[in-house]
Formats: sequence, structure tokens, C-alpha cells
Amino acid sequence: MLSVLVFLPLLVSAVLLTPRVGDRLARRVFVATAAIEVLLAGFAWAAYETPKPGGLGLEQQVSWIPGVRSSYHVGVDGLSLPLVVMTALVFLACAVHALREQQRPRLQAALFLFLEASCLGLFVSADLILFFVFFDLSIVAMYLSISGWGHGDNARSALKFFLYTFLGSLALLLGFVGLYVAADPHTFDMVELAANPPLQGQGLAGGLVLGAVFLGLAVKTPTFPFHTWLPPAHSDAPAIGSAVLAGVLLKMGTYGFVRIAMPMLPDAWQAWAPVVIVVGVVSVLWGALVALAQTDLKRMIAYTSVNHMGYVVIAVGAAGVLADGTAEARGVAVTGAVTQMVSHGLLTAALFLLAGSMFERTGSYDISRYGGLAASAPRYAALFSVAAFGSLGLPALSGFIAEFQIFAGSIAAVPATAVAVLGILITAALFLRALQRVFTGPTSGLSVSFCDVSAREWAPVAMLLLVSVLIGVLPRLLLDLIEPAAAAVVALVGR
Amino acid sequence: MGPVALVALVVLPAVMGAALLLAGLHRGGQADRFGVHLGVGTAALLATLSVPVAISRPAVSMPFLAGGDLGLAVDGLAALVLPTVAVVSLLVLLAAAGSSELRTARFHGLMLLFVAAALMTVLATTLPALLMSWEVMGATSYALIGYHWRDQVGISSGTTAFLTTRAGDLGLYVAAGAALGGGAGLALADLPSTQGRWLDVVAGGLVLAALGKAAQLPFSFWLSRAMHGPSPVSALLHSAAMVAMGGYLLLRVSPTLAASGWADDVAAWAGALTAVLLGLVALAQSDFKQLLAASTAAQLGFVVLAAGLGATAAGTSHLVAHAAVKAGLFLAAGVWLEALGTRRLTALTGAARIWPLVGACVAAALLSLAGLAPLALWATKDAVLAAAWDRSPLLYVAGLIGALLSAAYAGKALVVLFSRLPSDAEAAWDDDRPGTRTVPIAARLALVPLAVGAVALGALALPPYAEGVHDLIGGGGPEPSLRELLVSAALALTALLATAALMARRSAVRWPGALSNWLFLEAAAHRLVVGPTVRLAEALARVDDRLLDGVVERSAGWTQRLAAAVARADDRGIDGVVRGVASGARGLGRLAQRPQTGQLHQYYLQAVAVLALALVVLVLVR
Repeated sequence: MLSVLVFLPLLVSAVLLTPRVGDRLARRVFVATAAIEVLLAGFAWAAYETPKPGGLGLEQQVSWIPGVRSSYHVGVDGLSLPLVVMTALVFLACAVHALREQQRPRLQAALFLFLEASCLGLFVSADLILFFVFFDLSIVAMYLSISGWGHGDNARSALKFFLYTFLGSLALLLGFVGLYVAADPHTFDMVELAANPPLQGQGLAGGLVLGAVFLGLAVKTPTFPFHTWLPPAHSDAPAIGSAVLAGVLLKMGTYGFVRIAMPMLPDAWQAWAPVVIVVGVVSVLWGALVALAQTDLKRMIAYTSVNHMGYVVIAVGAAGVLADGTAEARGVAVTGAVTQMVSHGLLTAALFLLAGSMFERTGSYDISRYGGLAASAPRYAALFSVAAFGSLGLPALSGFIAEFQIFAGSIAAVPATAVAVLGILITAALFLRALQRVFTGPTSGLSVSFCDVSAREWAPVAMLLLVSVLIGVLPRLLLDLIEPAAAAVVALVGR
Repeated sequence: MGPVALVALVVLPAVMGAALLLAGLHRGGQADRFGVHLGVGTAALLATLSVPVAISRPAVSMPFLAGGDLGLAVDGLAALVLPTVAVVSLLVLLAAAGSSELRTARFHGLMLLFVAAALMTVLATTLPALLMSWEVMGATSYALIGYHWRDQVGISSGTTAFLTTRAGDLGLYVAAGAALGGGAGLALADLPSTQGRWLDVVAGGLVLAALGKAAQLPFSFWLSRAMHGPSPVSALLHSAAMVAMGGYLLLRVSPTLAASGWADDVAAWAGALTAVLLGLVALAQSDFKQLLAASTAAQLGFVVLAAGLGATAAGTSHLVAHAAVKAGLFLAAGVWLEALGTRRLTALTGAARIWPLVGACVAAALLSLAGLAPLALWATKDAVLAAAWDRSPLLYVAGLIGALLSAAYAGKALVVLFSRLPSDAEAAWDDDRPGTRTVPIAARLALVPLAVGAVALGALALPPYAEGVHDLIGGGGPEPSLRELLVSAALALTALLATAALMARRSAVRWPGALSNWLFLEAAAHRLVVGPTVRLAEALARVDDRLLDGVVERSAGWTQRLAAAVARADDRGIDGVVRGVASGARGLGRLAQRPQTGQLHQYYLQAVAVLALALVVLVLVR
């Protein structure tokens, strides 16, 4: 099941590489494949049964590199399945948005299906080598997307993105090798490593391996101070590239925390939890404040990602601070963190697709060059407002469910994290300011001849926002899936 | 029926509101036509539904988050406030239907969402449910205040309102964490059992959030800005939603405040101070809507005071009676603004005489606001004051001053509005917009029941009904004695007449700038919070660009320079050694060729030299 999910887009991608496929067909094949992926992800959800703590559902294992005990091992649990579904949805939205792509649509479709395969592959991986391979493939594909379909100074931004995150992935590899060497017997299998964490009670070695893993994941997330590759990458990436980058690729970092760092290095995680929390709090406040100072809409959204991922980092950090009677609160925090990954994926992808529609029309993200856009493009204004309010954590959308749980759980476990709530006030300020400047007042500047969004532009955004509203109003649908897995992680990191 | 109706009270306006908003996006305006009917119809349904729900008092709870269900229920407190919110909402929407600029699907959609949030706030029994409605209420108020979005001032006022109240809302997020940490769980009723220092955090967070929404000091300024919204929005926002909900939350959690041992005093004093200072601010206003706005903050001060004192029944009665009074006054202000095109008090001189029905309703509301016996706010306010006397004479005095100020500012408005209509009155009109010179029938229909409420709702705090309200709501607090009631009525009348007399002498009062400018609270917020934050943000953005990103960018340069240096070292160093070895070997080879001369005598000489050298070595070594 999961293998079909991963390899179907890869297969289609390979077919699309043959030049005989026409552009029109390629665009449609992209949409169809992405839609099938959503269905498959839905089937996977339907077929999934909560495994015993520490185990995986829909598991599959095939021998691959037996010499180093690395296998093709895939499976999902409450941490990864929501991300799988979210990824499929984001790619479907991108595929529809790209229906009018004029620039080499066949190659773009092939590239994004390849990217989808690597993203899904990463979330279902249960083997560190497999995880690493997908991690790096996603970097390569994103590099090609930015450099091949971006605008502005895209070659430079793409290179910066590639070198920075590739360097991060090397640190990650170093950490993986450290885990392999320390495990007895040596293995790359994630389930085994989580069940028998190596390096327990070995402070220095554990700290070094965690340091390497954390560095690699922190670059990808990105957390302060490793985030500076993100704004240029976004502002020069194509719309669907940005949507996938922010919606899916960033989650690989935060997913790594709950999947690898916490369960496999519990001792070190506990020891370094205060540092993790500080990194998270600084990311929240730094990302929000720097976003407030931006005049470029896309850079602003990019910095809010630093802020939003900061909440996740705080929650996973707080989960590492053990105290009697806070296990439930830590579970709430981790549940919130996973919810935030899903929520941010949906909402930021929506925001970036909308920013892309703006650039398509005017070629500018400069907030000061717009005004009164709600008059010329009411549908666009409505969608952007809903996405912005979702992003600032308005209840009835998924962001609130995520952030409320993160705050409540983290504050109960580590009271000092309360300072991070200032982040949601600053985020509110920056989004309302942007809404005011771009959409209200007399219609002026680039807003004047701005035509409203067409169906192929609003439909994918509306789909993402609807799912966000669904989570916001009926969160049990998602939380029933996440909560057992979050409790398992809290138990694993508490060893 | 009960639980279904309860859920319908929230879901129906929410879904209908969202649907109207979506329909409003389609151009052509068909949605606007049926939008008004659907809006008013839904509100009528809600008002009808609210009464049986308030009587049957159902409760529902559905799993929501871990440790916090989404709980809705009607208890005694909600039983009184729920119909108030529903009925006032209906009357306000009815009045708005008479206003041409508000006959849109967007307006009615937003209002229904706003009402849904207010109703859910009333019904919420858990923190997640409360916070959910609480924040949606703030967001919809933003959209409603900024309804005329082509006007930058309007939308920026909405932003001010949302950000100011959200600053208070942060208290609820922290309180939720503390409630979880203190083992109480997220149900509102369980909060007093929070353990240890956590209880202080919970109580502090609740007070912060409530003071923000209720526009108490120091948050009051957002209410002044909110006056940029359409008048029906003000009528609802000030009377039965948003601001009123701030007071309502404190009434609901008053046991938690008391349990903390300090938060109840903080609330009581915040309320009393607001009643006094915003009373002064109201007196100094020259704009009718601004006067009413400051009065709202001051009147909510009595509710907050009551919550701090634990006098829940008295506070609730005041909240309900004030809802009728203030909704009526704002609707009247809106009627005049639309008809006469002005909201300046001087321009409204004699306005109450133009349309007698409107004038009569305004008179009832203003006299009630002044605290004149036997009108509504006279009785409810005295119930609060009686409780204040029980706690501390100082609080009582502050409350009494607040009451006198109410009489004064209500009197000021009364005198102006009921003066003889100047013959050149029309010259002063139309400074805000061109007036229509008509009062829609819908607005008249809405004003009358509100005026009746402004007169009669005092019964809630008077025998024989006061006891029933006490039983329904619970909460302590003594009944005001007959003497207290009579004294306060006399004082109010005196203050009213004194104001009238002073104004008759036409001595124009120059109010201190602090009072006419709402204590410079907004300027202070800008100088102390907004400005520094924006400057910090800009400074951090520079650090981000130059330092953090600078290091990364420069590291690329460093890497290149390092590579160049290594390349040089490779060239000159490593390859240099290789080349050195080669040329050395070549040189040695050349040297080695030199002795091979082919001349025998030279070979002998070399052999002798070598032997001599060997001999010397041998001798030296041995």
C-alpha cells in the first residue's frame, strides 16, 4: 500500500520524462496522479489501525543492504500518517494550480511527481538510510524547481538553498552513522533503534550524536539561527515550489525531531531539552518580529514559517523536560506539535499559492505597491484573509487547535515557555497590517487592473482552507490519530 | 430537543453567517437582497429559540482536545444573559435592515458570525470552547468595525480593536496552560481547584483577558476607535456582545477570582477606577457616539466591580439592563447619523424633538443611564454599590462617584438633545455624510422594546424578583436597603439637575486634553508598546540580513578564499615539493655525471680521495 503510494508518482514521473508526452497531457497526468495519491493516502488512513506503542501500521520490509543491516522498511503511525495525507493534498493543490503552466510543463510535472515521491517516501521510511536518501532527493528536486522555474535571482537562491540544506543533511548523516555505530547490534532500522536506544547514559557521545542530528534537522526546519536560506529561496521560487517547500519540506525537519531525535536519543534529548526550548522560543519571537519588518509579502510569509515552526520546537523541547504529573501535558504539547505540522502545511501552502497568483499578474510582492485590492479581486481578498487569519491562529481553523495545545501543554510542563504566546500577538499584527495595506483603502497602484482569481487558482486554495476548517471545527478526526502516537513518543523520550 | 436547540443556537448563525459571506462574494447583489431577510430571520429564530433553551437549561459536551471537551451549557447565569444577547441581536439586525449601506449579505453574514461567537461565549463551559468563541468574536468585530474597508481609518480601527483585545486574550492561553499544570483541567467550573501558584496564573490570565474585552483600564482606548464602525455594530458590540462578554466572563469565573485571594480585588478596583475615569472621559466628549462609548466602559466598570465582589446577581442584572439601555442609545445615534448626517453633540442640539418616538426612547434610556428612580440602571447599580459597601467603603465611594458621573454625562446629552431646535440647525448637519432626513420604520420598531427594557429591567434587582435572580444565579451580596436606593436616586437627580443648570449658564467648559482624548491611552500604547516593537522588529530584521545571513553569505566567500589558498598551497606547496624532488634528482644526476670524465688519472685521484676520507672516518669513529 505505502510502496504504491511512494512509487506511483516516481513511475509516472519517469514516463513523463519521455519527450513524446505533450504539454497538455502532462499537466493533466500531473493532476490525475496527484488526485490518485490523495485517494491512496485516504485508503491508507482507512486501512490504518493504531499499532502498539512504538510500532508501525501498514508495515512492509524488504532486505536491501544486509551488510549494514539497512532494509527497505516502510510503515506509518499517528505521527507520519497525517503528514502523508497533508503532503498528498498539498501536491494536488499544486498540480491544479499548475494547470496553466507555460514554462516546460512536462518537465515540471515530472519533477514535482518525483518530489512528491521523495516527500512521501521520507514520511513512511522506517530505516535511517532510506530516510536519508529521500531527504537528499527532496533537496535536489527542490533545487531544480527553484533554479529551473523560479524568478528573480533564482540561480543564486537555489544554490544557497542547496548548499545550506545539503550541508545540514551531511550533519544528519553523521548523526545517523553515530547511531548505527553505537547500536548493538549495529543497525539503521528506526523501529529497532527506538526500541533499544543506543548511547543511553553516555552523556558526551549521546550529546554529540544528538548535536549532529539536531543541527541537520534545525537547518531543514529551519530554526533560528539557521533560517536565512529560507526567505531568498521562497521569494525566488515558483508558486508551487514555495508551497511544497514551506508546506512539506520544512516538516521533514520537525518530523525528524519526533521520529528520530526524541525516541532514539532520549537521554541526550532530556539533557538538551532546555537548549531546544530556548531555540524554539527565540525562533518564535525572532521569526515573528522579523516578519513584521518585511515589506515583501512573500518574504513576510516565509518568516512566519520560522515563527510557526518555532512553536513545534518549543513543544518537542518541553516534552523532554520530565516532571511528575506532567506526562499528560507533554502529550498534549506533542499532539499540538504534530497538528501544527499539518496545519502549517495546509495554510502556508495556501498562502504561497495565493502569493503566486499575485506574482503571475503583477510581478511584484511589494506590499506598498498595492492598495484596495479587495475591490478589484474580492474572491482573492476573501481567500487571502481566511488563510491569513488561519495562520495567525484564529479558532475554527487548524492553527488554533495546534497552537492552543502547544501552549497549554508546554506551559504546563515548562512555565517559562509562556513568553512564546507573544508570538501570536505579533503574528496577528503583521497579518492585519498586510491585509490593511494590500486589500483595503482606495484601490491604487498594481491593484487597479488586478483581475480576480480563476477557478484553477481558487479551487486548490479553497480545498486546503476547507481541510483546515474541518480540522479546526472537528479536531477529533485528526487528534484520534495523533494522540496515541504522541503519548508513545512522550513515553519513549521519558525513558 | 434541549441539547439540539442548544447546539443550534451556535451552529445555525455560524453556518448561516458563513453561507451569507460566501454568497456575498458573487457579484451582482442578488445575495444582498435575500441576505437581509436571512439575517433578520435567523436572528428571529435565535431569539425565539433562546427562551425555551434558557428555561430547559440543557448541557452538551463533545470531545475536542485532550483534557478539554467542547462544553456548552445553560446555567442560571447564562439563562439570563442568553435571551438578552439573542433578543438584542435581533433588534439590532432589524434596525440595520433600515440602513441602505448595511443591506448586504456581507454585513449580515458577519453579524451572524459575531452573534454565534457571542452566544457560544455565553454558553461555554470549558476553556477551549470559551477561547474559540472569544477569539472569533474579536476577529468578526475587526471585520465589522472595518466594514467600510475602502476607508483606511475604519480598517485600522478594526486592527486596533483586534490587537488590543488579543493582547488580553493571551491571558486565556496562559491560563489554559496553568489550569492543565495545576491539575484542574480545562472546565471553567473546576478552575478554582487549581493547585498552588498555578491558581494565581489562571486568575491573572482570566482577569487580563476580561479587562481587554470589557475595555476596562488600561485597554479602554480600543472602544473609542471602534466608533468608526457602523452604528448597529456599536449597538451590539457595546451592549450584548464583545464588551459585555468581558464583564460576563468575570461574572462566570468570579469563584476563581475569589479563590486566588487577590484577583477579585484587582478586578473590583479596575472596575471602580474605570467607572470613575471613563465617566469623566464620557463627560468630556463632544461626539455623541464617543460619549456613549466611554459610558459603556464606565458602566461595564460596575459589572467588573460586581464580579470582583462576588455579587454575581447584581452584576448580571446590571449587564442585562445596560444591554437594553446602550443598544437603544447606539441605535438612536445611528438613526440620527443616517438622517441628519452628524454625530457631533452641538450639531445634534434639539435632535430628539424631530422624531418624537426616537426622542422618547432616547429619553428613557438616558434617564435610566443617569440612575433616575425607578428606571432600570438605578436599581441594578445600587445592588452593585451595596455589595461594594460591604467590602470596602473606599470602593463604595469610587462606585458612587462613578454613579454621579453617569448622571452628569447622561444629563449633558439629555440637555443638548432636548434643547429647542435652533432655526439654523440644518446648517450644522451633514458634516459626516449627507443625511437622509428620514427614520426607517425598522429602526423605530427596534427602539421601542429596548426603551421598555431600559425602564423595566431594574425589576431584576428589586423585590419581588431580586430574590429569584439571586436563587437563579447564586453569588453573595447584600440587597440594597430602601434608604440606599432613595439616597442614590436623590443624588442622581441632583447631579442631573446640576449638570443641566451648569449647561444652562452656557459657560463652555474646556475639558483637559487628557479627558477628551481618552486619557491618552492610545498614544501611550503607541509610544510604549507599538513603537518600540516596530523599531525592535526593524533592528532584528537588519541583524537577520546583515549578521546572520551575512555570516552565511560571507562564509561562501571565505570558502572560496580558502579554496584559493589551498589551491595555491597545492600548486606551490605540494606540487612544488614534487617538482623540487624532480629537479633535485635531475641536479643530482647532473652532479653524478661530472666525475665520469673518462680520464684514468682523475679516477685514481678520486679513489685516493675516497680512501683518505674512509681512513679519516675510521680513525674518527674508533
